[in-house]
Amino acid sequence: MANVPLDQGLLLAAILFALGLTGVLVRRNLLFMLMSLEVMLNAAGIAFIVAGARWAAPDGQIMFIFVLTFAAAEVSVGLALILLIHRQNPMLDADAGDRLRG
Amino acid sequence: MREFLWLVPLLPLIGSVTLMLGAGRLTMRLAGTIGAVSVGLAAILAFTIAAGFLTNPPAGSVYQQTLWHWLNVGGVSATFGLRLDPLSLVMMLVITGVGFLIHLFATEYMEGEDGYGRFFAHLNLFVAAMLLLVLADNFLALYTGWEGVGLGSYLLIGFWWRDPANGLAARKAFIVTRIGDTALFLGLLLITSHLGTLNIADAMQHATQSWPIGSPIATLAAFLLLGGAVGKSAQLPLQTWLPDAMVGPTPVSALIHAATMVTAGVYLIARTHALFLLAPAALLTVGIIGGATLLLAGFSALAQNDIKRILAYSTMSQIGYMFLALGVGAWDAALFHLMTHAFFKALLFLSAGAITMRLHHEQDIFKMGGLARRLPVAFWSFLIGSAALAALPLVTAGFYSKEAILSGAWAGGTSGRVLWLAGVVGAFMTGLYIFRAVFIVFFGEEHGHVSGRYGWRITTPLAVLSVLAVLGGLIEVPPVFGHVTLLSNLLAPVLPATKEVTDITPLLLASLAALLGIALAALFYWRPTQRPAETPLWRFWHAAGGFDWLYNRVLVRPVLWAARVNSDDFIDSFYDVIAWATKAIHQQVRRTQNGRVRWYTAGLAIGSVSLIAIAVLL
Repeated sequence: MANVPLDQGLLLAAILFALGLTGVLVRRNLLFMLMSLEVMLNAAGIAFIVAGARWAAPDGQIMFIFVLTFAAAEVSVGLALILLIHRQNPMLDADAGDRLRG
Repeated sequence: MREFLWLVPLLPLIGSVTLMLGAGRLTMRLAGTIGAVSVGLAAILAFTIAAGFLTNPPAGSVYQQTLWHWLNVGGVSATFGLRLDPLSLVMMLVITGVGFLIHLFATEYMEGEDGYGRFFAHLNLFVAAMLLLVLADNFLALYTGWEGVGLGSYLLIGFWWRDPANGLAARKAFIVTRIGDTALFLGLLLITSHLGTLNIADAMQHATQSWPIGSPIATLAAFLLLGGAVGKSAQLPLQTWLPDAMVGPTPVSALIHAATMVTAGVYLIARTHALFLLAPAALLTVGIIGGATLLLAGFSALAQNDIKRILAYSTMSQIGYMFLALGVGAWDAALFHLMTHAFFKALLFLSAGAITMRLHHEQDIFKMGGLARRLPVAFWSFLIGSAALAALPLVTAGFYSKEAILSGAWAGGTSGRVLWLAGVVGAFMTGLYIFRAVFIVFFGEEHGHVSGRYGWRITTPLAVLSVLAVLGGLIEVPPVFGHVTLLSNLLAPVLPATKEVTDITPLLLASLAALLGIALAALFYWRPTQRPAETPLWRFWHAAGGFDWLYNRVLVRPVLWAARVNSDDFIDSFYDVIAWATKAIHQQVRRTQNGRVRWYTAGLAIGSVSLIAIAVLL
């Protein structure tokens, strides 16, 4: 397996993370926000993997498994929340749920 | 018996506390009994102690009783102790003896009033505080008693609190005497800080040793004490509260505003006479204040129509005599007059009370008239009191005490002679104003409706005080008439001796002045007279020289004006700005709380990026 240089791997992770964050901030549809969140999680995962490969340590891969598990849990809770919100407001617009406005 | 001295002030205090705790649960009869008996027991105890003191005097004529250590801070220590010497002995006997008679009178006089128990609770509290004042061996306890009597006076002047005017008079008395009290307090601080002791006897001894005669510090201390004395004793320039204090029940006027509290200033100066001897200027001022007050009050008393106000001005005038006596160094004469004045002025107030209680509390002398036949008991006691007040020669106590003062003044050099002249004019005025009241009230046409009869609790105090007003002067008789010196012998260990006067001229002139006053009163007022016309001169003296008017203009109104201007409290505006700024910022910041998830996320992201940037780059 070809060795991926550290800086390129981290750059990829950063780009993915930035894309995900942009998605969260820009999209108003809750489903797309959830998907962008997944992208951000995976960006973090890539950073762990690349770092683990660079120092030949298993910790990076272990952390990635954690991230994966966490992502699965997060999606299940997130989807449940989205379902609940959808019952009240079929538009799935994140900005419509501003009843906690100060 | 002497070791039970602490019980003398404690008994009235117990009575007071019992009455306060039992408020509303005690019957009228029980409350009156507790009130009178507590002071009566104190009086019996005081007389027993006095008998022991006279037959078997302690070493140096001083009995010291230290009860407990009060405080011990930074070199200043105060023990809570009582000191019985001839001076406090005389005061204690007057307070408990006359106090008991007035309490007894009050049990009948106040019958049927709302707050009967409250009345006796406050009256007992007053007696306890007054006893503490005169028995205290240190300045701190004296000051406690001093403020205690002020409180008692305030509570009792405003006893009929439903009328706002009474509350106003009570506040006036409290505030005006407070001015004097503040001066007294400053004086006590000065003495304590310079002499390092709160004990009165020690302080006086240290002062004599370390301060030369006429030194500024001694003069300042004496003037500050004098400030306290003029406030409490209603002398110029703090005299305005006393006539207004007459709105209180008559027994209160008799006890507090005639016999005891107002003489506290005289007691204070006599007690600290060593200090005043170091400050001749202050001592002279005492005499001048006394002379001026006795004249002012004498003239004012002549222009009053209210029987109690006549007596109030007369009290001011008589205390002026005591101050005059102190000023010329006739210490024991001042004490002598204090004692006889307590007898005959209490008698006058009580008989005035006895008159008004039969006339539906009518106090205007022009609405009385012809009462001699209808109220013989009140007539004879008022007549005896008036004769003693006017110093009717030979047969009254007031004659001997006033004579002692005037002969003391006569012997007091040039300033003494001037004060003597004021005293003689005052004696003339006294005879005139009090017999004006006697003739208008008891003779002439009959006015008003008289109802009811007196019980024994009214007549007994009147009878006892009448006897004292006649015979009380025989303990000190000038050389011309037999030379009895019981009182000055008794007081010799604590007060410097007065110069003996054998000259008979001042005595004759003063007696003549008093008789002339009485004769003039008889001439003018024997026949029924009309209410005086309100000429400007009459109005001037009716208002006692316009001091109230002056103080209102110079002091009361500016203070009220300043209070009104500052009613919004301009210092508060600083804090208002802070509150306003906080609110404004809050209004801006709350816009960020818009409830949008994406907005919060952006905040979170920017925040974390900034934090990481700071951590990495700096």
